Amino acid sequence: MDLYLPIANLSVNALVIIALGGVVGLLSGMFGVGGGFLTTPLLIFYGIPPTVAAASAASQVTGASVSGVVTHLSRGTVDVRMGGVLIGGGVLGAGIGVLLFRLLQAIGQIDTVIGILYVLMLGGIGLLMAKESIQALVALKTGKHIQARKRRHHPLVAALPMRWRFYRSGLYISPLAPLLLGMATGILTMLLGVGGGFILVPAMLYLLGMTTQSVVGTSLFQILFVTMATTMMHAMTTKAVDLVLAMLLLIGSVTGAQVGTRISMTVRPEYLRILLAAIVLLVAARMALGLGFRPDEIYTVEVR
Amino acid sequence: MKPRLLVASAPALLLLCAANEPILVPDVSQRDVEIQYSFTGADLLLFGAIVYPDGRRPAKPADIMVVLKGPDQSITMREKQKVAGIWVNADSARFRSAPSFYAIASSRPIDQVVDERTAAIYEMGVDKLQLSPSSLNESAELERFQKGLIDLRERAGLYVERFGTVEISQGVLYRARLPLSARVIVGNYTAETFLVQDGRVVAAAIRDITIRKSGFERFMAVAAERWSFLYGLTAIALAVSMGWAAGAIAKRI
Repeated sequence: MDLYLPIANLSVNALVIIALGGVVGLLSGMFGVGGGFLTTPLLIFYGIPPTVAAASAASQVTGASVSGVVTHLSRGTVDVRMGGVLIGGGVLGAGIGVLLFRLLQAIGQIDTVIGILYVLMLGGIGLLMAKESIQALVALKTGKHIQARKRRHHPLVAALPMRWRFYRSGLYISPLAPLLLGMATGILTMLLGVGGGFILVPAMLYLLGMTTQSVVGTSLFQILFVTMATTMMHAMTTKAVDLVLAMLLLIGSVTGAQVGTRISMTVRPEYLRILLAAIVLLVAARMALGLGFRPDEIYTVEVR
Repeated sequence: MKPRLLVASAPALLLLCAANEPILVPDVSQRDVEIQYSFTGADLLLFGAIVYPDGRRPAKPADIMVVLKGPDQSITMREKQKVAGIWVNADSARFRSAPSFYAIASSRPIDQVVDERTAAIYEMGVDKLQLSPSSLNESAELERFQKGLIDLRERAGLYVERFGTVEISQGVLYRARLPLSARVIVGNYTAETFLVQDGRVVAAAIRDITIRKSGFERFMAVAAERWSFLYGLTAIALAVSMGWAAGAIAKRI
């Protein structure tokens, strides 16, 4: 079933895009991540222009995180104050991302930077996750419990001036720390079309030292609003949001996400995490190969 | 439109016949190509008649060359090179007038129809396109970039060469079929027909074709460009409502 995408200016097989959204949604439901890290590269691989892919993938992440946020809000596992600061940072970061995007586009290095960012981010996080989940699995098999890490924030965070109380997170720290963290993810959201949950969750746990109960809800909360802001910024600046493409992705991903959530309730989280780590490392490896091997297209054309 | 065209061309026809030169009466199957939701490209039929003075056909059959051209674009080409182990964009070149679409068909292989010089003058063939480079590259470099562009666009179906595919029946009626890729941009296209006799272009005629988005697709493109704030809001509202609805439905099941 061929469908013409009015902004991307090409026709795609609608079923393929829906299926792609479905697979990403399934993963996002299973692992509680936005899945933008898979959507953007897959869309580019399919032949969608990178800018359109990143711009439209952001709105898919919005759709995938809505129901999660609603659930977490009703359970009271969202630190709204912390989330607000993160969102503030995220919107600022997205603004910086717009400028960076333009600058990189002008010097023609946007594709390379996107590629390198993906490899570094996914490779780093993937290795971290793999290490942890293997440790957890070993502990599970041998029946030994790993010493729970003492929850505390990084010394650098403690050095920042001005302190706020974040009750839900159990923290008394400077709001500058989450603001900066939000900014970093905002930049990534704008450049890569990813939600940034990958960076946020470990950073909230190990840098800020938040209580585990509110980490996932708060990160989803931030992702929801920052992807919304990013979609708007793309619509206003790059004008690359393709509603038809976003719609197709959404149909697939919101359905997939619900199925994924059900699956996640029946599988042990330890297995889920090692699976996710494998997928993340696989994508990172593919991107790294793409940078190192001679590309199919040596030339690119940019219309101005 | 058609009767008026005939009336208008009648004096010209007489005039040209008097000058003892053949004329071309070309037409295309579609003057307006509309891009709609199911657009996967189109096949354009370019056909017409060769009118010889006094109806005398030359002993040696003439050749027909059809060129379909899209709007010119000002482009920057970038070339990837391996730097420190990874492939990055290194060199670049700018061209001021690269056609966004170019398709050519002829009745015989190009080298049997015209010589190099004539081909260059009339831009017959993708390698004869005059791209007007505007950056300071060496000529060898420019040639490399031009080859790169042609290769890229040929594989995207944007530059097409169909030599030897124009059919001429009875020496007076010709027809050619050229494919329009789904990746064409909107704008004004031209279909030029050349009548070539002994390597010389003896008659030429041109027809305009408009390619535009219509209906929903047009609305979307215009909305994204003009009402970008509302467009963005719509995208967000769509994402939020679909995500929320899916969650709400899943709870019931």
